Amino acid sequence: MIPELGHFALILALFMVLVQGTLPLIGAARGSLPWIALARPAARAQFLLVATAFGCLTWAFVANDFSVVYVAQHSNSRLPLIYRIAGVWGGHEGSLLLWMLMLSGWTLAVSALSRHLPDTMAARVLGVLGLVAVGFLLFILFTSNPFERLLPAAEDGRDLNPLLQDPGLVFHPPMLYMGYVGFSVAFAFAIAALLSGQLDAAWARWSRPWTTAAWIFLTLGIALGSWWAYYELGWGGWWFWDPVENASFLPWLVGTALVHSLAVTEKRGSFKNWTVLLAIAAFSLSLLGTFLVRSGVLSSVHAFATDPRRGIFILILLAIVIGGSLLLFALRAPKVGLGGSFALISRESLLLMNNVLLVVAAGSVLLGTLYPLFIDALGLGKLSVGPPYFNSVFAPLMVPALFLMALGPFARWKHASLADMAKRLRSAFVAALVVAIAVPLAFGQWTPLIALGLLLATWIIAGSVVNVIERVRATGGGLLAQPRSWYGMHLAHLGIAVFVIGVTMVKGYESEKDVRMEPDDTVSVGGYTFRFVGVREAMGPNYRAMVGELELSKDGKVLRTMNPEKRQYLSSAMPMTEAAIDTGLLRDVYVSLGEPIDERAWSVRVYHKPFVDWIWGGCLLMALGGLVAMSDRRYRLKKAASARVVTQGAAA
Amino acid sequence: MKPRHKRFAIIGGGLAALGIAAALVLNAFQSNLVFFFTPTQVAAGEAPQGKTFRIGGLVKEGSMKRQSDGLTVRFIVTDTAKEMSVAYTGILPDLFREGKGVVAQGKLGPDGLFAASEVLAKHDENYMPPEAQHAVEQAHKTAKSVKQ
Repeated sequence: MIPELGHFALILALFMVLVQGTLPLIGAARGSLPWIALARPAARAQFLLVATAFGCLTWAFVANDFSVVYVAQHSNSRLPLIYRIAGVWGGHEGSLLLWMLMLSGWTLAVSALSRHLPDTMAARVLGVLGLVAVGFLLFILFTSNPFERLLPAAEDGRDLNPLLQDPGLVFHPPMLYMGYVGFSVAFAFAIAALLSGQLDAAWARWSRPWTTAAWIFLTLGIALGSWWAYYELGWGGWWFWDPVENASFLPWLVGTALVHSLAVTEKRGSFKNWTVLLAIAAFSLSLLGTFLVRSGVLSSVHAFATDPRRGIFILILLAIVIGGSLLLFALRAPKVGLGGSFALISRESLLLMNNVLLVVAAGSVLLGTLYPLFIDALGLGKLSVGPPYFNSVFAPLMVPALFLMALGPFARWKHASLADMAKRLRSAFVAALVVAIAVPLAFGQWTPLIALGLLLATWIIAGSVVNVIERVRATGGGLLAQPRSWYGMHLAHLGIAVFVIGVTMVKGYESEKDVRMEPDDTVSVGGYTFRFVGVREAMGPNYRAMVGELELSKDGKVLRTMNPEKRQYLSSAMPMTEAAIDTGLLRDVYVSLGEPIDERAWSVRVYHKPFVDWIWGGCLLMALGGLVAMSDRRYRLKKAASARVVTQGAAA
Repeated sequence: MKPRHKRFAIIGGGLAALGIAAALVLNAFQSNLVFFFTPTQVAAGEAPQGKTFRIGGLVKEGSMKRQSDGLTVRFIVTDTAKEMSVAYTGILPDLFREGKGVVAQGKLGPDGLFAASEVLAKHDENYMPPEAQHAVEQAHKTAKSVKQ
């Protein structure tokens, strides 16, 4: 009964978003106030209905209702409660429902936090969000209904894939989807601005905090996924340039460009067309990413063949979103003014270069990701594009971007002087040079790549420090009196620098060994010694585990015991490796069990990973920077100011 | 600087960036495309010697043998028509099993032994790597057309 209720709520939600996606837009075009006023209540009702549907599916999981196909496929009565709840988004149908819930959540947030917007603008934004929701609800209801029944009911579920039975599943997909779907708000603002013709600084200021919020979630979502892969897959890698990872990285790259381009549009009124295009691109790539991952197209084009309806629906939806918004753009863009002009050396031009580099990088990643699909679809053979391609294209493109990053905050709007910037940044450059020469030598191995990575990272950090000192001195207001958006920028840039240090050090100094170990055998890696004590058997809630015991020591001093596991899940008989990691600020030591070789010996893999946690620490800093920037006073002040204008207008 | 010159400079800069990117992409593409061959294709001599490529198929039942060093494993990959021997040193992915699909990346030695540098892990036991599936389907198709 409850699954049917959820299904019914979804159908009602479809009708609700049909209203939300049409009447307010027509009302805004015709100036019909009652129709405009429909947008907010419709958004609230939509959220309520979708949340009900989501609650019903969750209930089916919690109550082990194996008469629902989706539950029977992705759960099991022995599955711990937390994974039964997270299992809701452990498969295709539920993931889409989670996507839809996020979309409704963002829509609700826009409807509640848009009081300062003119009513027509809010109605248009909510209307566009409604149209996006129509596409998604149609997709869910017609091709991926999570509430479908199984008759007769299964006795027990097939179980959630053991890889997914991890706290990572609880946090990673919701964060990532919050980010993906968040760009729909930036997209809706861009389309609403195109519809109304009001592409100006005010539009950029409204759109900015929403875009930053989406970017924060996406950053955290990707970082969580990377961390999860690192500790769960047992290969010790943190990024594989896997198509699924690329699918989430593409909107991040374009979203980062958008965040910077919006800054120019807000402050100087330039780059308007470009900003709109980026907003459209960021959301389109989010859609592409979701669908590529969820439809299975990425592993093979043949996934289309298993359910042709799904594949075709995806293509049609993508074509409508991209084609429709580009058509609208083509019709409206010529009417958009150019905004303030700027000199060849200026903050605008530096941000333009940042944008070009990020977009070109995104293009090259997109090419590498989709190329095998095209070749396969054309019947020209099967091939794959490996990590070396991405490394050798992506890294060279990021070098100038990182170099310019320190320069940006020093450049003035409109016109900047290179000589002046060089003078102010001299000390930063010297510091970077010293670190690049000295630190690798201290680590015992100097290579040009390590030096370059450290040079760029220190350059960014030192540049930020100089900029902060200069500004605090010049304004005399003290450290805390500076605007938060400016602090946010520096924090995020610092995050990038920390990230670059992490990547450089791991790539440069990591070491790894696969060895055969019998009890009392030792193996050393990166100055740490592991002594293999043995393996014993243990039972988990729904698995049987072989638990290894290794003694970690350094310079003859025993540090701790590490317990990597090899699990065998009872319901699926699927083996899983659980690595044991000793985390530290400056290094991780990582051990995972391979397989038993004979009665006494096991194959064991050990890693020493210097600075690896800085990679995710850097991402956290970036997200924190975004949060601080979002809380800037001016987004709140302008709210009050524009509210005043509206009330005055109403009074007049 | 006149606005016209400035526009030229900006467009020129953009084109230069695109050009550099295109050069990087083409260069990287040339050396990093990894092609896929089925055991039948390898047996027919279609696969290159000394260049990295991928193979796929099923791990033949009873073919997996651990070498004396304890870490090197040899097994046979078959597409049901032709077979080839593969050697891999290191820890195999969790879901590597006899009778299941597998995809391996590596180089073909002059002795016909495929030295795998990577054995690809899949995330689901019921999931057949598409390349392995493709290899078996190809073999079946060929078998059918031969019979007719």
